[in-house]
Parts: sequence; C-alpha cells; structure tokens
Amino acid sequence: MMRSEPRALQLNEHGQLKHFLTLDGLDKTILTEILDRADSFLSMGEQSVKKVPLLRGKTVVNLFFENSTRTRTTFELAAKRLSADVINLNIETSATSKGESLLDTLKNLEAMQSDMFIVRHSDSGAAHFIAEHCTPNVAIINAGDGRHAHPTQAMLDMLTIRRHKGSFDGLKIAIVGDILHSRVARSQLQALTTLGVSDVRLVGPKTLVPSFFEEMGATICHDLEAGLKDVDVVVMLRLQKERMKGALLPSESEFYRLYGLTEETLAWAKPDAIVMHPGPINRGVEISSEVADGKHSVILNQVTNGIAVRMAVMSMAMSGQLQSDETPAAKDEK
Amino acid sequence: MKLRIQNGRLIDPSQDIDAVTDLFVDNQKIVAIGEAPEGFEDAEVVDASGQWILPGLVDLAVSLREPGLTQKGNIATEGRAAVSGGVTTLVCPPDTRPIVDTAAVAALIQDKADDAGMANVFPLGALTQGLEGAQLSNMVALTDAGCIALSNHRHPMASTKVLSRALEYAATHDLLVVFHPDESSLSEGGCAHEGLMSTMHGLAGIPEEAETIALMRDLLLVEKTGVRAHFARLSCAKSVEMIADAKASGLDVTADVAVHNLLLNDQVLSRFNGHFHVLPPLRSDEDRLTLIEGIKAGVISAICSDHQPHEKMAKIAPFAATEPGMANVEILLPLAMQLMDEGDLDFSTVLTCLTSGPAACFGLEAGSLSVGSFADFILFDSTARWTWSYEGRKTKGHNSPYFGGEFVGRVMSTYISGQRVYQAV
Repeated sequence: MMRSEPRALQLNEHGQLKHFLTLDGLDKTILTEILDRADSFLSMGEQSVKKVPLLRGKTVVNLFFENSTRTRTTFELAAKRLSADVINLNIETSATSKGESLLDTLKNLEAMQSDMFIVRHSDSGAAHFIAEHCTPNVAIINAGDGRHAHPTQAMLDMLTIRRHKGSFDGLKIAIVGDILHSRVARSQLQALTTLGVSDVRLVGPKTLVPSFFEEMGATICHDLEAGLKDVDVVVMLRLQKERMKGALLPSESEFYRLYGLTEETLAWAKPDAIVMHPGPINRGVEISSEVADGKHSVILNQVTNGIAVRMAVMSMAMSGQLQSDETPAAKDEK
Repeated sequence: MKLRIQNGRLIDPSQDIDAVTDLFVDNQKIVAIGEAPEGFEDAEVVDASGQWILPGLVDLAVSLREPGLTQKGNIATEGRAAVSGGVTTLVCPPDTRPIVDTAAVAALIQDKADDAGMANVFPLGALTQGLEGAQLSNMVALTDAGCIALSNHRHPMASTKVLSRALEYAATHDLLVVFHPDESSLSEGGCAHEGLMSTMHGLAGIPEEAETIALMRDLLLVEKTGVRAHFARLSCAKSVEMIADAKASGLDVTADVAVHNLLLNDQVLSRFNGHFHVLPPLRSDEDRLTLIEGIKAGVISAICSDHQPHEKMAKIAPFAATEPGMANVEILLPLAMQLMDEGDLDFSTVLTCLTSGPAACFGLEAGSLSVGSFADFILFDSTARWTWSYEGRKTKGHNSPYFGGEFVGRVMSTYISGQRVYQAV
C-alpha cells in the first residue's frame, strides 16, 4: 500500500553516519563511537596546536534560522579545529513563507557547493526536511529543530556524564523542568535509554511533563523530592518566560518554589551528584546561583565537551558522506 | 440516446442487487435492469463482461479550489479527477476565495461545473458571513442558489451563542447544517494527534478533546434546536460513541469519515512527511479501528475522500509548516476497498458508504441504480492491478502519500446521465 520506508535517512549503506539528525534509530555502538572520538578530541584541546586536518578543504555552513550564540559558536569552533572553512548565516524566518524561504535558501547554498550544513530551525523535523531536499552529499547536522531533537547537546551531556561517572551502569538521572517544549530532554532521554540507563526521571508539573513520555521509557515525577531522591545526575532545563502566558504555569516564583534547584533540594540527590544545564541558565528561576556556581555544577565542562562532541559528529558524518557510494556523479562534479 | 450495458456484474446495495445482468439507459435515466423494456431498440451496446457495474460514487468532501485558489486546482481539473475515480456526485466545501457566502459564488461554481461537464457538483454554503463565525449568512438565498447544506467548515464560531442562533435559524427553514467538530482553542497551533508519536517528534498535538468537546456541545444544540445535522470527518473513537449514543436517544444525525482516517494512524509521523499532515489528524490505531467499527454498526454512513489538492510548495516545508490535506479522489474506491482486508468490511458495506450512504446524509438523489434514477454509474475492473503515478494523475494537486502506490481494482469508465465522461486508457 505505502511505499516502503527507505533505510534510516542519516546512515549510509555501510551503517555509518552521513547526517546527524536525531538519536532515534542510532544504536549503542554509534553513540559510544561518538563519545570515544570526542574523548580523543578533548585531550587534543589541551595541546598548544588544537587543529586536525579532518575537514581541510571542506566548507561548513552554520545555518541558523533561530538565534543561538552559544551553540553556533561551539559549532564554529569545532569546524575550525577540524580545519574547515566556516560561513555563518543567521536567517530570520517569516511566519508566512517559511517553506519557500527555507527551500530557496537551501538551493542557493547548494549552488555554493558547501559540504556540510549545521541547521537550527524552530520547526520540528526541519533537519529531516533539509536532509531529504538537499543534494545527497551535503552532510546535515541538526543543531536543534523545534521541540524535536538536539542530538549534539544530548551527546555532549552523555560525554559529561561518562567523564564524571565513568560509565552509565546503574545511574539514576533526573531531568527537571519544561520537558514538553524541550528538544534537549527528548534527545537526552533517547541517548540515556540507548546507553542503558533505566532510571530516568522527568520532573515537573503535568502541564510541562505529558504522560506520553512514560511510553518513551521515562519515569514521571511531579514532586521534586521524589524526582531527585538518590540521583547521580540532575539536569535542569531552562524555563522560557512565554510559558506563563500559555497558562502552563502560574509564575516563575511558584515554579522555583516547587521545582527550583537549591542547595537544600540538591541535598536529596546523592552526595556526589553532578548538576548539568544546557544553558543559558536563569538564576533564581530554575536554579540558584549557589548551585550553578557550586562544586556539583559541571555546566562549564559541558561547554568544553560540546566542542569535542561536535568535532566528533562532524568528522564522522563527513567521512560517512565520502564513503557513501550513493552519488558518484554528484561527487565528481565537485 | 439509448444504452445497453451488457453482461456486467451489477452491484447496487441500495436495491440489494448483486447479479450478472444488463443495465438499460434511455434519455439520461435508468429504464430497466435485466430484461430490456418494450420497444428498446437501436441502443448502443457496451460489453461489460468481467466488469462490475456500480452506482456512481457520492463524495461528500471534494475541494475544487475554484474560485480563488486555482494554483491548487480548478473545477475542470478536479472534476476530471473525480470522474476518473468514479465519483459522479460531489459536495464541495465553502472555503473558496471568495467564500461561498453569496448566491453569486454558489451559482458560479455550479455554472462552471456544468460547463466542465464532469461530476454533479453541490456546493456547501457558509453558515456565517465570510466563515467568520459572527454574522449569519443569507442561508435561504444560498440554498435557493443550489447550496445543499450550510457549514462553517473548520472555522470557529465567535461564540456558542452565535452557533446556537445560527442553528435555530437554519432549523426554522429546515436547512441541513454540516458540523466539523473542533474546539479551536484546543486545536490551535497543533498539527498532529496528541499522543506518543507527536510527543516523541516534538510536533504540537491536537488532543481528542478538541473534537469531542465541540461534538458534545454541537449535539446538545442540535437536540435543543431540532436542526438537521450532519457531522463531518470524525477522527476519534469517542466521537463514534457519542454519535451512536445520540442516535440511540432518537436524535436524527448522520456522520462521515475521511478514508485516510480509516487506513492510517499516527505512526506515519515518524519521517516528518508533510503528505500525512491532515485535519483532523491521523489518530491512534484504537481511534482508527473504532471508526471502522462505527462503519460496521452504521453509526458512520459515509466515507469521503476529503480531497484537498495543493500546489507543490504547500507540502515542501517542515511538517508543521505544510498545508494540511491529501488529494486522493482518484483512488477513492480502491483505497476504500483496502478496508475489506484492513478492517474486515464486506464490499457491500464499503460501496454503501460511497454511494447511497452519503446520498442519504444530504438527501441527494444519487448513489443508486434504481429504475428512474439518472444513469450515473461506473464500470469497474475489480482485479486490475495498476499504479497510480504522480505523472499520470488527473488532479492539479501535488499532494498524496499514495503516488507510486499499487492498487487492485480500477475504474474503467464513468457515466453521468448516460453519457460516458471518463474512460481509462
């Protein structure tokens, strides 16, 4: 009845990454390979010469339809450390003609013979859309699409967890806050499930933590104490101010009172628990300054790890593109 | 002109006929089945051996896109698409530009349809001016101009008070009102069924309550005002129960469903393919199966294509940014026949829901091969295997997930008032 589904869009015929769109469908081997490779890049970052020639001669375009200084900068730095040429494009989308402007933009960029697009867009599925509508030998890296996925953020979080905890075995992890609108939480949940973490708790009020997440392998807690009890890792999510307008929460202060991470509430977690946040943080809204700057916080390590993870993903996707036999003609043209 | 359709398997659930026989047509109408009437001579003979003779299909939801949206389709192209799918009578929604809220627009659509010489076209009139939900349309003038019923389509009413008054006014004049139950404050911004799939994929959900709350309100007002009511495009299991309960309590209402809501569920969202973006959304498999049960139980009496052609760009965008709708009128019958395997329906039930069922919902004289009816019928090859290709499509629309799909069963020719208007090549 329906046309058969092609194999996962982001893998080449050898099962290697050629795009990085989502963690859905990626197995433990690939996720571990990303982490191992990122680990090796991390040690490189400590040396005086920080560049490797893996993407030399390649053009990487940062295609940001949504503003994000931090993510864009770490991608740019990662690309430069891989010796790529980098172009940054910030494109505001007009609400009325999203489709047209997106497709037109892509056609223009294709004509410039770029090799990789780093894409951030406010629509869920935008990175999939671009991967399906671009010439097949341009690698697409998802830097966040709507509420759907932020796979490099999730992988840098996994790297941070592994470097601090050694492994994922038996870990208890709480993700706290606005799960509903969070692409980070969705990707983290997928990564943790694939890497074998069975105790992942999503913490927040029902308005921000829909029950469907339970079917994705998480435990839902509406009470912060139950959620944080004996956890090894606490992930706090940023609370957007718009949520109060949508009648999802009464106020920032009530949210902080019920779900804010303070030294008192953090005491429910294990004594050696680490605290993570994808940033930028709202001090006094979801997390207190004492905790954000305290000894449990690994928020700045996350940023450093982000560069290494992005280097790993970009180099893997580029190599997966080159080893794909799909479009030899298109490659010859280049 | 006289016509003798010979040796076909004639299936007409409205008369409980399923037999290999002949159909006789004279002066646009069916004059006999089986034996030729006296004095029936000089007829053109069509050999239908090995084919089925079926009543022309009645589709309650075909957007023709004209006037005003002709980049998506027009009366001629969509009319041709309809007859190639065996649809001889169709109802088109009021959401054209301008909207069907004046007699002039209603007349224009019918005139153009007559000129095109394709399917019989019955427009729906807008229930409120500009479909804005605030001021009543000239309902009587619209129905006098040929509108078969009135509907506010999927546009919200300004208030329940306006809705209540619109229904009272329609009831005064015994007019039929078509409801698309949707509480817009709950569905606003959503593009997919609220459930695991939409949650996983970060797509804004449309909860089932968007439909059921509106449906409950509408049913209460129908009961109070006594208006004739039809409920269009049900998508939720609970809606089927609510309609069944309403009927059981004596309320004379009818309901239809889009064929894709019977065949597909929200699992198809996994690749963000905008061709699956429809309103109401493809819901859970439980919803889908309950809708099929609703067909079996006679709670839902019509299956429609909900044909909504779009220009190519309308679907070339990330999922939420695509325009909703599929353009499947050409494959309505073979699609619906998939329900025989998928949903354990017999052919007679499927055909009833495509012919006399929808005709009865709107009081249309169509969907039957009874003697005296207009000779709207199709010849159908039930074993033909064929591929519906994008290149070979008749619709101007570019949007269907079924392009390239292989189907069993094909409309070979379509007759309206005894005239052949389509012949498969």
